[in-house]
Amino acid sequence: MRTRRETRHVYGEALLRAGESNPQIAVLDADLYKSTRSDLFRERFGERFIDMGISEMDMVSTAAGLAASGMIPYANSFAMFITAHCYDQIRIQICYPNLHVILAGSSAGLTQGPDGASHQALEDIALMRALPNMRVLVPADGVETEAMTLAAAQEIDGPVYLRLGRYPVPDLFDSSYRFALGRASWLGQGSDVTLIACGHTVSAARDAAELLANRDISAGVVNMSSIKPLDEDAVRAAMQATPLIVTVEEHSILGGLGGAVAEVMAETGGNARLLRLGTRDRFGESATADELLEKHGLTPRGITDSVVQALGR
Amino acid sequence: MSVRDLDELRRLALDMRIEIVKMMGPNKAHHFGGSLSATDLVTALYMSKMRYDPARPDWPERDRFIMSKGHCVPAQYAALAFLGVFPKEELTTLKLMGTRLQGHPAAHLLPGIEGCTGSLGQGLSFANGMALAGRMQGLDFDVYCLLGDGEIQEGQVWEAVRTSSVQCLDRVTAIVDANGLKAMDRSYCGKEMAALAPKFEAFGWHVREIDGHDMGAIVEALDWATESRDAPSAIIAETIKGKGISFIEDRAEYHNAALSSEQIALALEELEAQRFEMEEA
Repeated sequence: MRTRRETRHVYGEALLRAGESNPQIAVLDADLYKSTRSDLFRERFGERFIDMGISEMDMVSTAAGLAASGMIPYANSFAMFITAHCYDQIRIQICYPNLHVILAGSSAGLTQGPDGASHQALEDIALMRALPNMRVLVPADGVETEAMTLAAAQEIDGPVYLRLGRYPVPDLFDSSYRFALGRASWLGQGSDVTLIACGHTVSAARDAAELLANRDISAGVVNMSSIKPLDEDAVRAAMQATPLIVTVEEHSILGGLGGAVAEVMAETGGNARLLRLGTRDRFGESATADELLEKHGLTPRGITDSVVQALGR
Repeated sequence: MSVRDLDELRRLALDMRIEIVKMMGPNKAHHFGGSLSATDLVTALYMSKMRYDPARPDWPERDRFIMSKGHCVPAQYAALAFLGVFPKEELTTLKLMGTRLQGHPAAHLLPGIEGCTGSLGQGLSFANGMALAGRMQGLDFDVYCLLGDGEIQEGQVWEAVRTSSVQCLDRVTAIVDANGLKAMDRSYCGKEMAALAPKFEAFGWHVREIDGHDMGAIVEALDWATESRDAPSAIIAETIKGKGISFIEDRAEYHNAALSSEQIALALEELEAQRFEMEEA
């Protein structure tokens, strides 16, 4: 079995490396640095680390001020709090003037687990995606997390929402991986169905494709890690390749990856059908990550069953 | 500062008020009240106190001013135009389609505006961020943040008040434009107003209370604030909403209201009379 890594851990290590090479980088956290893993940066670059205490709104606005005076701030908290709790600040102080602030949302989605609905961000992609100037990135594995963490400072000049998780995922990519904003990556082509996923569900989708192959169903897999800007060409290519497209995300089916793909498909027209997998307009609950993924049909088995049913086989 | 310099600042403040009324003009709702209560404070900052080069509004070592109560940005627009950061003629484009002078400050559109505000309660956090950047970069600029006494009912203000203190941001000066009125009503009952300075003190700030229309007191308090070390400074400036125009002074209904052509003419007449009196004196 391949090594599994939590994207939040890889992020913490990459952030430290970013700080080594760029003195403009500053890091803020709101009393969660051991969980978000900004502690690695904190230990090394204390003078560029700001522990804001439990005040996320203040943290986000402070980050905007840092960016307006020439620093590149990474602000850290749980995905739920750094998006929903600070929406107004992100909107007016960061996105409106297009400031280069990186918001790292940690422990996103159902796999936050036992803390329950208050802590399980299932609307954060939708919230961030609606904001002008915002880029929304959801890395699928450790390799991509590292690349995106570094690219957020080096290759992007504007607001970035980086969605991270605590669910261990195997590495899908090797050292040849190169990040490009707005470009999806194909993990395999199919002729019956294309699975478009983001985050750790890419790994589940890839495993589902293998299970589907056992049933003579040919499934392609797309890692749509750049949700905004979205790789619309990849969606259209999938519409050409297969009659069915299935989006898979650890997020509400409203407004997230599934919503974004639906918008492109509706405007493109054509015969391809869409099935959105994710949480269906409901809150999460306390349980283990695996129990919740099972319940919401986001395991390889769950994805497989949904595809088989949609294809009527 | 000499008496003559103070007189010059007082004259400039009146010129600013005249310009604010002119840029707003008749028959359109504007934030007359708060822009005019803040005018003396903004004048003292831009025309005297701040280290600022109008030819280089992005000079990294400049002092910064954040209008946290963003609806009062016309006072800042007037100051920036007086300094020549942008042409004075542009002032009359306020809030018109295509303008850089948005209803609330847009930093990416207009040079001289440091940050976007308009949703109340966020400016002091932003000011703290600028001061922290200055510290990290080894620059010694000051950051001034103007807040409304109604605005500080927002909870985030007190998160930021704590941060300024905990981070020992002695380059940060918060100025509360305490005109006593919000959009609908009085900002505070007397008991709450009396507790304002102690609240800042309890968070570890240096605090001074002044008459926000006494130019000598304003200049002195700003010097005191930037000389005070080891903690941020707060200036509670007691002001009158709509200051300078008798018929709108201290009335909440002129927070955001339209004046008729006759009222605008009357307002300008009053302000010009004050200006004339000053010349005579």
